[in-house]
Amino acid sequence: MSAQGEDGTTASGAGTEQGPVRVFLVDDHALFRTGVKAELQDAANEVQVVGEAGSVAEAVAGIAHYRPDVVLLDVHMPDGGGAEVLRRVRPNQPDVVFLALSVSDAAEDVIAVIRAGARGYVTKTISGRELADSIRRVREGDAVFSPRLAGFVLDAFADRPGAAPIRDPELDLLTPRERDVLRLLARGYAYKEIASELFISVKTVETHVSSVLRKTQLSNRYELSRWASDRRLV
Amino acid sequence: MTDAAERPEDPAAVPRGGQRAADPGDRARRAGRAQPPEQAVGERPPLRRRRSGRVVAGVAGGVADHLGVPVLWVRVVFAVLAGLSGAGVVGYGLLWAFVPQEPVSAERTASTRERQQAVGLLALAVGLAVLAGILGNPTTGWVTGPLGIALVGAVLVWREADEAQRRRWLGSARSGALGVLLGGGGTAAVIRVVGGASLVVTGIAVFLFEQVDLATVQAALLAVLATLAGVAVLTVPWWLRLVRDLNEERRVRIRTEERAEIAAHLHDSVLQTLALIQRQAEAPREVRRLARGQERQLRSWLYGPSGYGRRGATEGAEDGASVSTAPGVSGHTLGEAVAAACGEVEDAFAVNVQQVVVGDCELDERTVAAVHAMREAVVNAAKHAGVGEVSVYAEVEPDIVTVFVRDRGKGFDPEDVPADRHGLADSIRGRMERHGGTVRLRTAPGDGTEVQLTMPRHGGRRNGKEARG
Repeated sequence: MSAQGEDGTTASGAGTEQGPVRVFLVDDHALFRTGVKAELQDAANEVQVVGEAGSVAEAVAGIAHYRPDVVLLDVHMPDGGGAEVLRRVRPNQPDVVFLALSVSDAAEDVIAVIRAGARGYVTKTISGRELADSIRRVREGDAVFSPRLAGFVLDAFADRPGAAPIRDPELDLLTPRERDVLRLLARGYAYKEIASELFISVKTVETHVSSVLRKTQLSNRYELSRWASDRRLV
Repeated sequence: MTDAAERPEDPAAVPRGGQRAADPGDRARRAGRAQPPEQAVGERPPLRRRRSGRVVAGVAGGVADHLGVPVLWVRVVFAVLAGLSGAGVVGYGLLWAFVPQEPVSAERTASTRERQQAVGLLALAVGLAVLAGILGNPTTGWVTGPLGIALVGAVLVWREADEAQRRRWLGSARSGALGVLLGGGGTAAVIRVVGGASLVVTGIAVFLFEQVDLATVQAALLAVLATLAGVAVLTVPWWLRLVRDLNEERRVRIRTEERAEIAAHLHDSVLQTLALIQRQAEAPREVRRLARGQERQLRSWLYGPSGYGRRGATEGAEDGASVSTAPGVSGHTLGEAVAAACGEVEDAFAVNVQQVVVGDCELDERTVAAVHAMREAVVNAAKHAGVGEVSVYAEVEPDIVTVFVRDRGKGFDPEDVPADRHGLADSIRGRMERHGGTVRLRTAPGDGTEVQLTMPRHGGRRNGKEARG
């Protein structure tokens, strides 16, 4: 895949004013990368794949070279996986936004990339249309929680006997409202549906989700830090 | 010894023919020991020491099996021979050393009477041997005593080695040189071995320095100990290598077995499914069903029955490995049961059931009812909603279980449902209400459907993450 300019020629001009979101694809399966590119082709005026990489080293070099807006990141890769890419890219390029894309069902894998700095997690079974939408949303600063990630986070913050004591209520507890939003996300609701269900604005839903993302990344709750330390991240 | 192999039909020669046991008579072993000696040589079970129903080392039993005669006769012969300057004892010892144990223990139990007989004969044999030693030849009298002590010691150590071998065969293997001797027998085994070794050393020392002169014995013991220590030090590199080789061999074996298991699993599941998919390429529905089913199976295998991945995931323990605790529901916990039920519907209707479970609990009558109702709701969505995806969300809280089944399909007007359609009324609402639960339905034409099932939990313990971790 060759690099294309900021004003990509494939865009029909119907996208946002800055042109389509420039996406870099990291996955160690070439077959899967091809599939994602083909699916994103349908949304070419919104999303444009500018480069791809099949290993951690290639990804670090490629991201530095292409300076994409969003990196679609596989969780499982040789040499440390998505978390390693995050660790090596983020200090130099804090503007790049990462969205994890994985078949993994293991909470520790998913939580690990979130805590390493990814702004969302979607499963690989997501449709091309939804994927393009998720990319656009993380680009705009939202967090993207698939139902599964919402479930993992609810589980991690659950108030159950035997859980570690709360040290920092600001970070270690979800507010009732955040909990409601997460539950609806886990039930497969879209933001607009959540907003009308809870009688709040879509903007407020986004605020809640971002706040949950922040807590997931920064909290020292035992469940979260254990998941992360299993992957030697903390 | 070699001539024994040439005329094996001669019963007198057979006890020395231990090496013959290597001949291809394996299939004869299971045929048992009751075969008459007149039978063809090839049919005779090989000479192997008995593992079960033995008194000392299973030698007499093994010989009896081999010859097809009652054990008692063999024991009597050994006892009488013991009287002839201890020939029986020596013969027994040689057989013990050279005849291998049978690899698999056959089912025999020595009756109390038989055991008593055997122990009596054993005492008689020892008595005869000692008596013969003292009476028969005054000069050998002092030989028999100390040698007897040494023999008892050797018996102790050898018996322990037999036990260790058995334990190793049973699979509780322990590596290392000490492990070879003790085989995971624990402190008792160490005490038995050390005790036996002391007896041997004492016996030999007394034998060498016929008069029991304390000073001499002391010096001799010191010399023996010093020699042993010297040998131990000299052979340290050899021991280390032995231990290392044993460990290395064990590791390689485990790796090989693991690899073979993975290969077998991938072959049985993934390759077979891929072959099926290629053949079904013209039928997208079937391909999707195969792929989803295979994906579920592989995931449950990868993430294991106790992994975290199991729960938030699309699969449970539907692969038959788990035993169901409740009728009609697979798995032991709500999460597993939900996963299994969703998997069944996916297979049956070729839809994608996306499910998320938060928390978990043991199944009981109520939660089983909730899982059944949920399954029915998913089936309804798969059949009537007209979309390829259904979402299931289950949350376990300390005193309530909530399940949501949602689709973005065409929805319906509850008022319009024909009276003869019982799915929602009986299978879902009836089931839930019988167990104290409630059902809420939210739907409208064109607006999808969501079924909310709520079931109170009573007396159920909260089974949270700590129980799974």
